[in-house]
Formats: sequence, structure tokens, C-alpha cells
Amino acid sequence: MIEAVGLTKRFGAKTAVDQLSFQVRPGHVTGFLGPNGSGKSTTMRMIVGLDRPTSGHVTINGQPFRELPNAQRHVGALLDAKAVHGGRRARTHLLALAQLSGIPEKRVDEVLGVVGLQDVARQRTKGFSLGMGQRLGIAAALLGDPQVLLFDEPVNGLDPEGILWVRNLMKQLAAEGRTVFVSSHLMSEMALTADHLIVIGRGRLLADMGVSDFISLNSADFARVRAAGTGRAERDALAELLDGAGARVLTEPDGALRVTGLPLPRISDLAHEAGLRLWELSPHRASLEEAYMRMTQSAVEYTSTEDPRAELWAQEEQGLKPWPAEEAPQVSAEGWYAPPPPGAAAAPFLMPAQPGDLAQAPASRPTTAEDPR
Amino acid sequence: MASVPAVLASEWTKIRTVASTSWTLVSAFVVTVALGAALCALTKAQFHNLSDLERATFDPTLVSFTGMVLGQLAMVVFGVLVVGTEYSSGMIRTSLAAVPQRTVFLFGKISVATVLALVVGLVTSFLSFFLGQALLGGHRTSIGEPNVLRAVFGAGLYMALIAVFSMGVAAMLRSSMLSLGILMPFFFLVSQILAAVPGAKEVARYFPDQAGAKIMQVVPQAMGSDKTPYGPWGGLGIMLVWVAAALLGGWLVIKHRDA
Repeated sequence: MIEAVGLTKRFGAKTAVDQLSFQVRPGHVTGFLGPNGSGKSTTMRMIVGLDRPTSGHVTINGQPFRELPNAQRHVGALLDAKAVHGGRRARTHLLALAQLSGIPEKRVDEVLGVVGLQDVARQRTKGFSLGMGQRLGIAAALLGDPQVLLFDEPVNGLDPEGILWVRNLMKQLAAEGRTVFVSSHLMSEMALTADHLIVIGRGRLLADMGVSDFISLNSADFARVRAAGTGRAERDALAELLDGAGARVLTEPDGALRVTGLPLPRISDLAHEAGLRLWELSPHRASLEEAYMRMTQSAVEYTSTEDPRAELWAQEEQGLKPWPAEEAPQVSAEGWYAPPPPGAAAAPFLMPAQPGDLAQAPASRPTTAEDPR
Repeated sequence: MASVPAVLASEWTKIRTVASTSWTLVSAFVVTVALGAALCALTKAQFHNLSDLERATFDPTLVSFTGMVLGQLAMVVFGVLVVGTEYSSGMIRTSLAAVPQRTVFLFGKISVATVLALVVGLVTSFLSFFLGQALLGGHRTSIGEPNVLRAVFGAGLYMALIAVFSMGVAAMLRSSMLSLGILMPFFFLVSQILAAVPGAKEVARYFPDQAGAKIMQVVPQAMGSDKTPYGPWGGLGIMLVWVAAALLGGWLVIKHRDA
């Protein structure tokens, strides 16, 4: 159990973390989300006592970290995969850490096996890739078999297989009744890993709730409706009808309508009463990514002056216009959000449906990570 | 509390598993012994060219330790790297996330490195002495003469204290590069140059290396050096004050700064 109360950290005039209060409970994977520079890492550093809070406090199982006896037996943390002496071998690095808490040497070999580094245990860590560094960091966190685990961006630099492994590891650790606190800026990863979310932006708490609650509270589900026939007339008639019934209607480039504010049966009933046939009436659920983007839009710390996001909106807007957009292009785009790429919500990392699929195509594996689609 | 023996065991593992430990300590040993031996041989050959004053205050013990002028620089590098690489590699964050007790951590680290530096320093000083005396031929002294054992032992102590001072400075500055950039020119140039400048030398004689090196002299005002207001042990005491100040500064920094 991690408990933060009014946690605040200022660096000079800049407030990195502002009055943050939350609890991280055992038995769950709690995702810690926020845009770059929102204070995630600073918060994690304060939890393990590296930074001193300007005000407020944070405790682990009721005690400040610096007062924990045998800290590693209570808290394991991966804060920075590169925080190792590059000239030291992986095994001796872990051994030095293990000796601090009187952890037997046998445990070092155990955790090396758990993270899959047993073959490079005697190599100097400066030759490690970022992914290997992450695995070494995770091994260090697991050394003391702690009840509370902190991971700062653990999947950075890992290959798809590694990402899947981390995901399963987190879930397993939580299922064993441990407190697992994972930060990430990858929403889609959190959607698959976390049960609970703590979202911050500009150092402030934006949300502290379950993943499903977060999605339903922060996103509008919509229905895709397609009138029968390919002509404009049918589509416009349907759009007018739904608009009149109080729905918000957007047009998609292929002629389908995106309807929010009306339940699906009501859309069907309306169309039936008006004598309009439908070729498509399908429910769409927003992904965590969209929900997160909507929430943090105003809290993004580092936006370039060019503001490419605005350009992105504008481009897509050409394809997706509010109805009747052709006549009234000045209609505000407020409330509009990016459509999920097909299948993206289900497979954000281009993960195969079955883990076994990876093993079947080992030759193409190195390229899958970069391959955009 | 992370127990003190646990921290010492961990720091011993850390210090013996990086290459920099062996190459800095081996350099300190080789440079000091080899340079000392070479200068002893040269002194013997050129003894008749020494000035009368130098001949009158000839100190064979001190001559055999001449190699320390360079050898101490390797000790500085050792001390700086032991503490500084924790910061430059980011290892300090991993270490402190495992040992929240920063005082125990810092002094555990420094203790292990000090013991190691002292062992290497003593081996270096005794070997320099015996090799140097063998090469001095007829001008030699022996370990049984008054104050000679004190000087030889003191030379080992001096090397260890130079390393500890460097550790304290590195803990204060939290950077290997910055610490080396300050300490190397200081010990190699500033201190030695100021010690030769009239007026400045009254200040320079209170510098840690100038004061501490007094312990290596057997003959007062050896080799025509100036009279100092402190004796051999007084000089070592001045050096200890410097070391204590550096350690205190390093401790305050690690205690109060965010890692």
C-alpha cells in the first residue's frame, strides 16, 4: 500500500508535483499515467525517498521510505534502466544490491533466471541494450521479494515478446497480493495491464479510478450508422432525422454517419418509423488512448510551437465533417476525437493474437517492432 | 536499518568488481615505486652536484618517496572514481533506493575504499623505502634509525588520506569530471607552484598535501626546505582537518540534496 497525502515538489519556480493525494492498493496493477513532464517520475522518486517532497508526505505500508527497515524487502523499484555502473557485470551488480539487505547469493541467480538474463550474467552492463537494462532493473526490483513494486516506464526499449512478458509479470505480481505501481505514457499498454488508473497532468491529479470507469467517463461511445444505398439523399435524410432527434452527427468519408447521444435501438426505431433502411448500425467503444487524450489535452506540458496536433486535427477534419458540414464549415470541432485505427484498441503493439504466433515467425521478429502496420 | 556490515559487504563487492579500482591502485603503486627508485638512483649518481645545504640536510627517507608527487594523482583518481561513478553512472539512484540510510551508505563506501587505499599505500611506502635505500648505496638510512619508521608508515597514511580527501570532494561535487578537473590541477600544479612562490608559500604550507607530506621527512627542513610552524604530526593533523572538512561537506550534500 502506497499512500500519498498532499504531495508537492517544487524545483525553483516550477511546480513538478502539486498537491497530489492518492492510494495504491495491494492486489492490483495500478497504472500511473501522464504526458511527458507531468511529474510521474518525480512522484516515483519521492516514493522511494530519492527526492524530498517540498510539502506533503508519502508512506509505504504506513512508513516513510527512508525509515523502512531493510527497504529492499518491502519495496522494489525500477526507476531508471541506465542507473547501473557500466563497468560492472550484471551478476555482481545484483550481488552488491542483494548484500545490502542480506539477501542470499542464490537469490541473485534466481532473479537473473526470472528476467531471462542468465546467459549474459557475466557480461559488463555497458554493452546492454535498453531492453536488457530494463530486465536488469526489474531483476533488481524483484531481489528482495518485496510486497510493493514500482516500475517507471518498464516496457521502454523492450521487444514485443518482452512487453508481453512484463505485462504478465505485473499481473502475476498483483495476483499474488502485491502492490504494483507502473508508470507509462503508453495508454494502450496500460489498458491491457492495469486494473486501476491514476492520471496526472502538470503535476495534478486528473483521475483516480478503475480502467473501465475511466474510459466510460472520459469518452463518448458512438454508433456508426449507414443508410441503405450509396446516394447522398438517403444519407442526408437519415442525418437530418437523427439530428432532429437530438443526436450529434458527424459524417465519415465513406458515407457512414457517426452518431453520439442516441442509443442504438432508438436509432433503429427512428429509421424504421421514417421508412429508411440501414446497411450498418454498429456500436463503437472508445479506447483508453482516446479517453486519455481527451483528458490530458489541456495538461500536456511540452507542445511544440508548431502545434502538430492542431494540424493533425485539421487534416482529419477534411475526412470527417460534422453534418451538414459542406454548408457550414465553421461548425466547431469541439468534442470531436480521433477515430481508433482499425484493431488498434485490441492490439496496440501489433501483438499477435496468440503469443505463439511470434515463435512461428522468428525471422521477421526484429522488424515487427518498427513495422508501422 | 540497513546494517553496517551489509553495507560494507556490498561496497566491497562494488569496489572489487570494477576495472577502475585495480588500474588506479596499480598505477599509484607502480608510479610511486618506480619514480622513487629512479630518483634515488639519480641522486646517488649526482650526489656530488647537490648544494651544500641539501647535502647538510640530506634525507634519504624523503628522497625515496619522491615518486608520490605523481603517484598521489592516481590515488586522487581512485578516490574520485569510487564516489563519483555512483553519480555519473546513475548508480546512486539504484543504491539509495536500496539503502535509504544515506549516512550509512556514504561512510560504508568511504570506509571500504579507505581501507583498500591504506593497504595499497602502506605496501607502496614500504616498498619505495626499501627499494630506494638499496639504490642510494652509501647515502642510505635504515628502518631502525629514529623517526624513519614513522616516516615510512606516515607515507602510506598520506596516500590513503589523499584518497579520502578526494572521496569527500567527489561527494560534495557529485561529479567525477568536475572533481578531477579541480583536484588534479590543484595537487599537480597549484599547490606545487604556490609552494615555490615567496609570500604564497606561507599559505600553501597549510594545503592538505603540503602539510601532510611533512610526515615523510625524517630530517627537519629536509633537503633545504623551509622551516614550518608545525612538526610531522602537526602536518598530518592539518591534513586530517582538511579530510574531515571534505567528508563533512560530502555528508551534508548527500544528506540534504535530492539524489
